Amino acid sequence: MSSKAFQKIYTKITQITKATCSLKASGIGYDELAVVNGKLAQVVKIIGDTVTLQVFGGTEGIPTNAEVTFLGKSPTIKVSEDLAGRFFNAFGEPIDGGPAVEGEEREIGGPSVNPVRRKQPSELVATGIAGIDLNNTLVSGQKIPFFADPDQPFNQVMAMVALRAKTDKIILGGMGLTNDDYLFYKNVFDNAGALDRIISFVNTTDDPPVERLLVPDMALTAAEYFAVDKNETVLVLLTDMTLFADALSIVSNRMDQIPSKDSMPGSLYSDLAKIYEKAVQFPSGGSITIIAVTTLSGGDITHAIPDNTGYITEGQLFLRRDSDIGKVIVDPFRSLSRLKQLVIGKKTREDHPNVMNTAVRLYADAANAKTKMENGFDLTDYDQRSLDFAKDYSEKLLAIDVNIEIDQMLNTGWELFSKHFRKEEVGIKQELMDKYWKEN
Amino acid sequence: MSTKGKVKGIIANLVIVEAYGPVSQNEICFISTGSTQLMAEVIKINGQNAYVQVFESTRGVKIDYDVDFAGHLLEVTLGPGILSKNYDGLQNDLDKMDGVFLKRGEYTHPLDPGKKWKFKPLAKAGDVVEAASWLGQVDENGMPHKIMVPFTFKGNYTVKSVVEAGEYTIEDTIAVLLNADKKEVKVTMTQKWPVKMAITAFREKPRPFKLLETGVRTIDTLNPIVEGGTGFIPGPFGAGKTVLQHAISKQAEADIVIVAACGERANEVVEIFTEFPELEDIRTGRKLMERTTIIANTSNMPVAAREASVYTAMTLGEYYRSMGLKVLMLADSTSRWAQALREMSNRLEELPGPDAFPMDLPAIISNFYARAGFVYLKNGETGSITFIGTVSPAGGNLKEPVTESTKKAARCFYALAQQRADSKRYPAVDPIDSYSKYLEYPEFEEYVEEKISDTWISMVNHSKTILLRGKETYEQINILGDDGVPVGYHVTYWKSEVIDFVILQQDAFDAIDQSTPIERQQYMLEHVLRLCDADFSFESFTEVDGYFKRIINLYKQMNYSEFNSEKFNKFEKELQEVLQERIVA
Repeated sequence: MSSKAFQKIYTKITQITKATCSLKASGIGYDELAVVNGKLAQVVKIIGDTVTLQVFGGTEGIPTNAEVTFLGKSPTIKVSEDLAGRFFNAFGEPIDGGPAVEGEEREIGGPSVNPVRRKQPSELVATGIAGIDLNNTLVSGQKIPFFADPDQPFNQVMAMVALRAKTDKIILGGMGLTNDDYLFYKNVFDNAGALDRIISFVNTTDDPPVERLLVPDMALTAAEYFAVDKNETVLVLLTDMTLFADALSIVSNRMDQIPSKDSMPGSLYSDLAKIYEKAVQFPSGGSITIIAVTTLSGGDITHAIPDNTGYITEGQLFLRRDSDIGKVIVDPFRSLSRLKQLVIGKKTREDHPNVMNTAVRLYADAANAKTKMENGFDLTDYDQRSLDFAKDYSEKLLAIDVNIEIDQMLNTGWELFSKHFRKEEVGIKQELMDKYWKEN
Repeated sequence: MSTKGKVKGIIANLVIVEAYGPVSQNEICFISTGSTQLMAEVIKINGQNAYVQVFESTRGVKIDYDVDFAGHLLEVTLGPGILSKNYDGLQNDLDKMDGVFLKRGEYTHPLDPGKKWKFKPLAKAGDVVEAASWLGQVDENGMPHKIMVPFTFKGNYTVKSVVEAGEYTIEDTIAVLLNADKKEVKVTMTQKWPVKMAITAFREKPRPFKLLETGVRTIDTLNPIVEGGTGFIPGPFGAGKTVLQHAISKQAEADIVIVAACGERANEVVEIFTEFPELEDIRTGRKLMERTTIIANTSNMPVAAREASVYTAMTLGEYYRSMGLKVLMLADSTSRWAQALREMSNRLEELPGPDAFPMDLPAIISNFYARAGFVYLKNGETGSITFIGTVSPAGGNLKEPVTESTKKAARCFYALAQQRADSKRYPAVDPIDSYSKYLEYPEFEEYVEEKISDTWISMVNHSKTILLRGKETYEQINILGDDGVPVGYHVTYWKSEVIDFVILQQDAFDAIDQSTPIERQQYMLEHVLRLCDADFSFESFTEVDGYFKRIINLYKQMNYSEFNSEKFNKFEKELQEVLQERIVA
């Protein structure tokens, strides 16, 4: 920062809102960083000689004669192997008491990967959770969120997935994480002895909300360093993207933009896509896989945030408490992994697609039978058997505490089919029936 | 002398430029940022200020940067070499770019200037020609690529000379024409055309009537699309829009397929990149990729170029249609394009319409759909662009501006239902809500009577009635209970389920089931309708579902077997035996 001494200091702010301030300045680049009264800010609008800055820490206490200096660059992060095992705030400054990381300085929010330089994702990411591996198989280079109500144990499931997935690096981007959840992640990773392959960028609920806007780009720029420069497989965890989107709407509101659906900025889709599309499989072996959390309000997925997210991500995972078995399960109806077709029956056993589809169809039959029962109608023998099947299926496969290999999940599936149904009721291709059907 | 200007304001990708001379609406300009030039398009002019949307990130752009106006609108370069290319929304060849990441301000040539093409003349000295007349032909991946008089030429010309058959590059002069003033005009194999203008060098555009086979039963049988027709697929996320569109692009009977991946997932484009070079086009024996062009402006690529990408794709389609070819164009998803319009309208501080979309959205959409169509060229040949767009309605609610505007413009409506997707009934096209207006065209009826059978349309309508009746019956059973309705209700419901499972549902990932030729669709529909018209005897409702599940299972095994193969016949025979158990003669 030797050039700082020559930098012009501005001291006349002409306008201040809750998140932005404006002043007259010249020679300023769009997206450039500035320091306002010691707080970091970024250029979001320039009209003639009037520059509008978004102040990350909020504008509380900023006087009209505050010192403003421009840094001549957009937000950056220094990348090197030394990032591993460290905890940072949204600006990339250490919060674990360690020294600042030295390395190559890179702008965050960099350009997109040329689509023709991508490779089709094809590596299975096994988690041991049958609700995921069997029905919604994850693939490296995929981006997928958990859609969950705030009271559901998504942080636990995500931490479990992160530790079981065999990746070289795990990068946690925490936005509006409560201090308790932050400590939870820290402890889980520490106890698993995995801290040396984990990098965290954390904005907690104690920090100003607008700062969150930097977290995903920080995490993903670090991820790109490991995936592109080091050819490593990187798993990025982003929680909670709903709070990120809320911060976007705060800023757009302060800038007098016309809101679209649910008071969200009209650019929400593009803003979220820029983040999620960083998930990629490179031909050289490096990859970035993104697992995110989007909290819902009362399970409503038509709200603009989950809705736009669903159109961007490659599927979504729903958690639900199943009252029949009293456990949290991965909901087979509403969950979807769009990339599973690339691995199931190819990287896994040939019968995987059929077992998966048949089980879900039979589970749907059980749901219909349940509706019938609740409406006070008599159940047929088939209805009864499908209800019994559904209970077994929830308990042995869908529950999130299941931790088994995929072949074992498939075997369990066949066992449940023959336990509850007749051959013609399952409707699977003859060749597979001959090979895998288990006679009781 | 082109107009110059200077940057006077920046709000995200909207830049205000003070212009020192005349500028036109939609003119292209370049903003110099030291080493790179950023391409932008004028979208509003107010006094001396031109408001331009930049097709790139504006990071680091400063006040007083120099701007050069190009003097033309956003154009595409037309000529042999377009097929099997992967372009971005501005027709830059993505494969020619260096490095893993897209670099700002990197623009690459859309064609291959050094490549030699085998040229064969079609016109001779003395011929009177006009815009879009065929002068010659080169072989482009097996397609007869016509070299035409540039579309921008006005009035009649006389051919002075055409080069002999031989190998030429796209920049070599292949013909010399004389205009009305007897002045010589040279013609090469390449020309430019502004994307927002339709190419209208054809004689007439009649109502389309030829069935376009897609191999997807729920489309071909129930709600067919025609050559030169328009259709759209709205559906919530996860309902299978993209899988359905990919299936259509692989199987449809088209000469040329243009896929505009407009603001969607990059991995879906990668899937096309990866699969199409491997997959074979059954009719030509060549690889699918050879007849395909991809316009990839994925969701993370610059928003302004997203809007351009659908126009780029349509213009390429119109170019091939002028050669007398059947073009299939797919855009996934037109909602993202509408959102790009919304973002810009918002930055321009225009008064918003419904859901903050610009007020002229319906007009923009219908103008775009109107560019598709079946045409008679001036030389009597025919060409077509069949256009199918997907729509991603916010919250899956079909009462939103993009879906409603598109509904007014497109003739086929393939509504994807969340409920069907949830119960894995794919493709999730709702058989009752969806429609094809072409079924009502007498021209179409005449055509299929000839091509399939004279009872086809009535069979299609009959199956729709059975499906509707099945749905109504199902609701009654749910209200009154299984034993509260006559057994016949269960039979009616299960007959509609047979149509659903056997005709409508199709496994896009099974080598045989994924594509069904029309003869096979006819065979199966007749088979299923015979069953639906037959009477069955059951003592009690408890016997009904088990019996029909056996029937469906056998039909499904037939669907999974090669048509008329030994296996197919075996299952059919088995099915006949099962039918005999209960059918009342």
